[in-house]
Amino acid sequence: MSRQMTGAKMVVQALKDQGVEVVFGYPGGAVLPIYDEIFQQNDIRHILVRHEQGAVHMAEGYARSTGKVGCVLVTSGPGATNAVTGLTDALMDSIPLVCLTGQVPTFMIGTDGFQEADTVGITRPCTKHNWLVKDTEQLAETIHQAFHVARSGRPGPVLIDIPKDVQFATGTYRAPREAKVSHYQPKMKGDIAAITALVELMEKAERPIFYTGGGVINSGPAASQLLRELVDATGFPVTSTLMGLGAYPASGKNWLGMLGMHGLYEANLAMHGCDLMINLGARFDDRITGRIPDFSPRSKKAHVDIDPSSINKVIHVDVAITGDVGHVLEDLLKVWKARGRKVNKEGLAKWWGQIEQWKLKKCLSYRNSQKTIKPQYALERLEALTRGRDRYVTTEVGQHQMWAAQFLGFEAPNRWMTSGGLGTMGYGLPASIGVQIAHPDALVINVAGEASWLMNMQEMGTAVQFRAPVKQFILNNERLGMVRQWQQLLHGERYSQSWSESLPDFVKLAEAFGCKGAKVDSPKDMDDAIMAMIEYDGPYILDVLVEKHENCFPMIPSGKPHNEMLLGDASTEGAIQAGGAVLV
Amino acid sequence: MSPLNIKKGSTSHSAYDLRDPNAQAIERHTLAVLVDNEAGVLARVIGLFSGRGYNIDSLTVAEVDHQGHRSRITVVTRGTPAVIEQIKAQLGRLVPVHDVHDLTVEGPAVERELALFKVTGTGEKRIEALRLAEIFRANVVDSTLQSFVFEMTGTSEKIDAFAELMRPLGLCDVARTGVAALSRGA
Repeated sequence: MSRQMTGAKMVVQALKDQGVEVVFGYPGGAVLPIYDEIFQQNDIRHILVRHEQGAVHMAEGYARSTGKVGCVLVTSGPGATNAVTGLTDALMDSIPLVCLTGQVPTFMIGTDGFQEADTVGITRPCTKHNWLVKDTEQLAETIHQAFHVARSGRPGPVLIDIPKDVQFATGTYRAPREAKVSHYQPKMKGDIAAITALVELMEKAERPIFYTGGGVINSGPAASQLLRELVDATGFPVTSTLMGLGAYPASGKNWLGMLGMHGLYEANLAMHGCDLMINLGARFDDRITGRIPDFSPRSKKAHVDIDPSSINKVIHVDVAITGDVGHVLEDLLKVWKARGRKVNKEGLAKWWGQIEQWKLKKCLSYRNSQKTIKPQYALERLEALTRGRDRYVTTEVGQHQMWAAQFLGFEAPNRWMTSGGLGTMGYGLPASIGVQIAHPDALVINVAGEASWLMNMQEMGTAVQFRAPVKQFILNNERLGMVRQWQQLLHGERYSQSWSESLPDFVKLAEAFGCKGAKVDSPKDMDDAIMAMIEYDGPYILDVLVEKHENCFPMIPSGKPHNEMLLGDASTEGAIQAGGAVLV
Repeated sequence: MSPLNIKKGSTSHSAYDLRDPNAQAIERHTLAVLVDNEAGVLARVIGLFSGRGYNIDSLTVAEVDHQGHRSRITVVTRGTPAVIEQIKAQLGRLVPVHDVHDLTVEGPAVERELALFKVTGTGEKRIEALRLAEIFRANVVDSTLQSFVFEMTGTSEKIDAFAELMRPLGLCDVARTGVAALSRGA
């Protein structure tokens, strides 16, 4: 059914027809007509943020915890430029978002009008695709196309820039099914010959490993289910990137833990020593590979990815399968079963024996203290006290993020939201609000460092206004912990600008925002503090004063291969050589 | 030595491969990219090349299917085989891109460029310029008593050679279209 309506009304109608329930946004001059339409309806809920970056991270949290497309609405100029960090974050982590921006009227574009910015120009490199709509007749179709692009193939953020006169003008509305079919139709099924080649390798492999990534989560819950079936049926060990945690349950018997720069000893050594690496929806990020020539030097490598440009980008692989992880896993299981469910039992038993040896290192052990709270201890207690619940965790970026990945266990996909690719400090608080809006009754915890948390702390106002009972678990070391750690290991202990003075009193800050806060500084009070936080019905800030100079281990120092990890008690003096210092 | 004082490629102790990737053979490839002729599509393609550090030797673009709003971008690029593969994959995943053809590997192709040369001079030099233009089958498309504008179509090498010959004869301006290319045969 096509109808005549204004562009602004079309926007709201198209969002409804796309199944959007929540929009995160901030009004301004160039989007007033759309806000007027939002005012006059009740189907779409609008969450008023405090800063546009917060809106995008909230939409990311919403999208990652639901598998739906997140939706953002901001004004022209500064509204759009403030959204850029969030869009880049979503692009790096493949999160589906549709961001609508207002723009000055078409006849003013290019005149340096008030709050004018070249939004499509600025966001071209940080979106999967973007559009400037100059004609109301094209608006509905463009929005439908935008949702299609955001969720198809490798998901990502898209942006639609809508000039104010286009919002006021009348045009014909077309429903999603009336919109023309996009030529953008990424291939979902993997090549069956390549899948069979991989099965042949799996049948013979003595030391196989699954290396899974965010692609498994993005593919949907079915992919995680298939992964579990395949891992359990083959008996192969499985490790995951930061982005893929939860696809295989942390309590699963084949789980090795996270790999990478701060990954587990057994996971990294298994990657280094394997003879068959099966990459499912991960992208050989530099935090994973370490030094490229020494990355898993004796293994055959297979790579399943929906994005052909991810394959052979960093690491040359022997078997390349372009397709959706879920579809490929389904075919992989079928072919493997049809060929008689073969694995190299003898080799596998020896391989597990070796892995058990590595596990004995107990690489996550740390020296606990009776006096000060160790960050690892705080997270261990958080894990113990929340394990049984359907819990969603977001994080900021830094040491606390790595400790959270090490010490918290995820049993299901879409329960762990963290900024991986871009490493955006300030991500966790708004993301936790987005998650809570999607799951009003769930326990949502943002594991934060105080420095990251301050970057978007204004969003506590959003949490309070919309009664999102998010728990802010701040591991406060009064330091930029990861920067401090690198300065200690790489820059002669010259701690340049890596501490914060005059931090706010987080308890008073919570009160100022109209929520509750508490401080804990003794290990013996840790459990009570966590329980009080969980049981409180409303947004809560827990200021956990932790050991100030704790380092995050294990660590693959820059410039070293996987098999030369630093463990907690190792001497770190001179561990990183000059070449490593140039690396991030 | 300060810990940061390292030269490119001088250390093997790095998580990034610091060896000069250009040590591998550099290849020249001609790519034909078929795109929707929508606003910003050229910026998207060029931005991909600059943002990811790829080279452009030449680039031509024009709408080739007015009804289908389809444009053809012909881009000549250089890189190692791995980089060329990445360029094609990265182009392929742009939403308005329909097809990417590597004419250099897909079999023989014809490559042509059009160029205009303004040559000024009088007397012997002027006669010599006209004589050479005839040999190169360049057309005179404008002439005054002091100047010619020659038009020539050919491979980039032929145009380079002609420009080289014209230089001592009073060449003062060159305009080149960049390479347009099509595969040979049906």
